[in-house]
Amino acid sequence: MDQVGQRKIDGLWLIVVGIAVLFFLILPTLIVIPMSFSGASFLEFPPTSFSFRWYTAYFMSSEWMNATKTSLIAAALTTAIATPLGSLCAYGLHCSTPRIRSSAQILVIMPIVVPVILIAVGVFSLYAKLGLNYTLTGIVIAHTALALPFVIVTVMSGLQNYDFDQELAARSLGASRAYALWTVTVPQVKFSIQTGAFLAFITSLDEVVISMLVSGGENATITRRMFNSLRDQLDPTIAAISTCLIVVSVGMLVGVQLIGRRKGEPK
Amino acid sequence: MSAAEADGTGQTLQNASTLKSEERRERMTFFGLSLPAVLGILIVVFLPIFWLSSLSFYNAAGELSMENYERIFNSALYRRTFVVTFQISISVTLICVLLGYPLCYWLTKLPDRTSAILMVFVLVPFWTSVLVRTYAWLVLLQRKGIINSSLMSMGIIDEPLQLAHNLTGSIIGMVHIMLPFLILPLYATMRSVDTDLVRAAVGLGSSPRGAFWRVFFPMSLPGLFAGIVLVFILSLGFFVTPALLGGGRVQMLAQRIESTITVYSNWGAASALGVVLLLLALAVIWLMNRVFGLDKLFMR
Repeated sequence: MDQVGQRKIDGLWLIVVGIAVLFFLILPTLIVIPMSFSGASFLEFPPTSFSFRWYTAYFMSSEWMNATKTSLIAAALTTAIATPLGSLCAYGLHCSTPRIRSSAQILVIMPIVVPVILIAVGVFSLYAKLGLNYTLTGIVIAHTALALPFVIVTVMSGLQNYDFDQELAARSLGASRAYALWTVTVPQVKFSIQTGAFLAFITSLDEVVISMLVSGGENATITRRMFNSLRDQLDPTIAAISTCLIVVSVGMLVGVQLIGRRKGEPK
Repeated sequence: MSAAEADGTGQTLQNASTLKSEERRERMTFFGLSLPAVLGILIVVFLPIFWLSSLSFYNAAGELSMENYERIFNSALYRRTFVVTFQISISVTLICVLLGYPLCYWLTKLPDRTSAILMVFVLVPFWTSVLVRTYAWLVLLQRKGIINSSLMSMGIIDEPLQLAHNLTGSIIGMVHIMLPFLILPLYATMRSVDTDLVRAAVGLGSSPRGAFWRVFFPMSLPGLFAGIVLVFILSLGFFVTPALLGGGRVQMLAQRIESTITVYSNWGAASALGVVLLLLALAVIWLMNRVFGLDKLFMR
């Protein structure tokens, strides 16, 4: 009897803490959305009036629009380069000897665990020699190196769930290696490749530290501009920009999940 | 053995060795497919870091010396940076464990569908830009922000609390950013724990609490450990949130490195700080690899 009461209290305590933590995670993330529609000229929550003035301010500013364009182009190019290179790398590592694989895996995972500030400072000094600072090329190269591990990890875990004998069967029936890879293996791990591409895009779009040092001038990314603006003051225009960024990431996340579910591919 | 048979065996052996060498050649070709990505990471990430590290062993006159290291370990300013970095990283990791563990445990006890829906509350912040979330905390924690105004209207405080632009703000913001990194590996591990074992322990006379601490908790440790290492390592080198929510008063290692370069152009001292940060990070990664296995990251 006593024990049952104790268990109920334990259960209740867990529920209260669990819900509180979930709210702690989600509320600050979404709070910028209502704030972005505020009509006041300073930041307030809850907003007292409704307007699109901060969206107008965002879309009318050529500086912000320029930065948005740079970021979107950089993210698209990063995705276009990192996805095929990373997928190929994952396929190659999957098929090579376990010894090569495990050491290459550790090397390839490093950009995720090495502090980004070190990569940023390193790339900044390398670019100073090559004249790549403040160029789109420079941003894309650095972001690609940062995005590659995400593509490689996702595609490799996709390949682990894939029955490799299917490709061997195709080849024994006369398909060439490349043809078998393209028509048999790739369609089966398509969802992992799409997830990897999504991760590459988001990695580039949301990246702050490297962009802060390496991008600038005409080619400043949106995150660099946001960071600099936040250092000075709390501009409500940032709430509108943030809302757009949330819509892009969450929209893509949902999109990838939906594609995956329709295809019925595991994971 | 007839001549034809011997010939057949020889043929088979020859076939086998051709196959073997072909397989070896093929494996090398496969590794070749990985080369562009591997080389790219080597050139863009590793090469500059190694070159920078070498800078730290030269003094301003260009001679080999340990001057930079002597300076960063003897100056009170830099020592303060190390203390603050560890203070923040340890507090953030501890708070993440205290918040994340009960949440994950609760989620594993719920039906699959419900917990999958509730995980959206973890994944949406995880995929939202760090800058966006830091901005939200700047707004929430400011002097006239919603937290101060509601505390004041409830009569808990008379004066607004200083929540942003200091250590408190940095820690709150960082916990929010880091928490998903603790939850994701921990939750995955907890889900794979066989709950029948806990039930068996209770059936054999253990109290539910005893069963939790002696059966469930030890089995959740690998995930907890992975999460702790991930959060700690990311905190050590974290830049954005403390730079914005610390308001210049909180200087962690990453910010010190950035300002040493962009404000003081002191590449020697900055690279010495970088080497120390890199060694700290590598030590933690090495520990993670020993205890947990880095390649586990590849098998989700």
